[in-house]
Amino acid sequence: MKDNYEIKKDFPLLVNSSIAYLDSGATTQKPRCVIDAVENFYLNTNANPHRGVYKLSVDATTELADARHNVASFVNANDDEIVFTKNATEALNLLAYSYALENLEKGDEVVISIMEHHSNLVPWQKITKLKGATLKYLYIDKNYQIPDSELKKITQKTKIVSVLSVSNVLGTINDINKITKVAHENNAIMIVDLSQSIAHMPFDVKTSDVDFAVFGSHKMYGPLGVGVLYGKKQLLESMQPFIMGGDMIEYVYEQDTTFAPLPNKFEAGTQDIASIVGLSKAIDYIKSIGYQNIRKIEENLINYTINSLKNLNFVEIYATDDVNKISSVISFNVSGIHSHDVSTILDDNNICVRSGNHCAQPLLRYLGLDSTLRISLAIYNTKEDIDKLIDALKKTYDMFKKYLEK
Amino acid sequence: MEDFYTDLIMEHSMCSANKKNIDNANYSSLGHNPNCGDEIKLYAVIKDNVIVDMAFTGHGCAISQSSTSIMIDTLKGKSVDEAKKIILIFMKMIRREEISEEEKDLLKDSIAFENVANMPARVKCAVLSWHTLEDLLEQLK
Repeated sequence: MKDNYEIKKDFPLLVNSSIAYLDSGATTQKPRCVIDAVENFYLNTNANPHRGVYKLSVDATTELADARHNVASFVNANDDEIVFTKNATEALNLLAYSYALENLEKGDEVVISIMEHHSNLVPWQKITKLKGATLKYLYIDKNYQIPDSELKKITQKTKIVSVLSVSNVLGTINDINKITKVAHENNAIMIVDLSQSIAHMPFDVKTSDVDFAVFGSHKMYGPLGVGVLYGKKQLLESMQPFIMGGDMIEYVYEQDTTFAPLPNKFEAGTQDIASIVGLSKAIDYIKSIGYQNIRKIEENLINYTINSLKNLNFVEIYATDDVNKISSVISFNVSGIHSHDVSTILDDNNICVRSGNHCAQPLLRYLGLDSTLRISLAIYNTKEDIDKLIDALKKTYDMFKKYLEK
Repeated sequence: MEDFYTDLIMEHSMCSANKKNIDNANYSSLGHNPNCGDEIKLYAVIKDNVIVDMAFTGHGCAISQSSTSIMIDTLKGKSVDEAKKIILIFMKMIRREEISEEEKDLLKDSIAFENVANMPARVKCAVLSWHTLEDLLEQLK
């Protein structure tokens, strides 16, 4: 089994620099094999799929189909239940417009959690307002988890429940199976945003029984520019297309159009095949490391990071006490110093962390915070990265201390 | 980095005399950086085209807080036209365009933000209050 030091060698950007990259929740670095797969597509297979009758176009079409099959099996879906989008955000917007806009009625309710990224919040705000429906929130307790009592907000009035599997701010792992069960008991459909979990833990659409799932390639070692929407076939079939154009039609007349079968109905225009091929390679890469090994590496790092941060008396951590309920994200603040100032000093020490509100303004407001520092770990991070962070945090605090005491 | 987080900037950011509410302010404007959450509210007393008094409330990083406080020191007592001119000079400095010695003098302590041009990710922090003041002065039209 490869350890994180060996894994790091697979990532050219990390090998060629001295940075401690602690922002994989924003986007992961890419392994050599993914970069090669993208390059190889442009060197040897580049053509517009589905259009040409010539061999090169057929090859591109095959690559697209193979990639779709790989993505589908990765989450235990059927090939025609996988729709490629630009990113997870577009996939959620597709659901808001093609599903919610058609199915919501006045008085209906949509339930999301207070932890949602703006991408799983703003579209629901827009659609519920448009339809006269209500947007309700599952709040978290003092331990940064959704207590069971909150699930009572899912009722017969609820038509859609949409929750992230892992919080991009708190790292909290949500019990998607439990929430899905409650949603289904109330005849609501269940959407899960897997963006922050897909690189860290497996997901099976059949055992979880979710109706829709979304994730992005670039947070799972794949290229930027590709998102994935999974949907149960009968639901996808019942929905209208989101974006109209080429390759998603069956017959086009001057005034009317019939649409192509799944998944093409939802994939108007030329797809980013090179990135899709890269995503497929990233999935192979994750499989080659193995989710069990990934969890082992990351769990060690999370424990090490939390313990190291706890040793700093000027740091406040916003994470649940239960380490088993934390994925690879940890938010914290340095007392008295704004997160942006800390991250500027960390950057000066070649450490990449995120600062700000992490596209989750309602959550930060709920927590009574203006901003946090966020580290998000991946399989190529090492204890040395964390040691470097801790040293730089001490340096930062020393630098600002004299002003804080005034 | 220590060259940037100077005593001047740090002292203005940590305990600014300009951070307060002005009860008789006849103009105010809200500035917000949506990506980082920094939020300031500027209050001004403007009489006969002169900025008689100015102050701010809100929260943000050392750069946005100190830039706001130093801007207030720089512009308090100036006429609206002078203030607009100095705002333009500040923006020129941030864009790394050349500014004359005479223009530098007008910027007073705000010249401390000259090097923020080397920190592209932090430019928005330094200009937040200056843009907010631009909005405030627009209300005079």
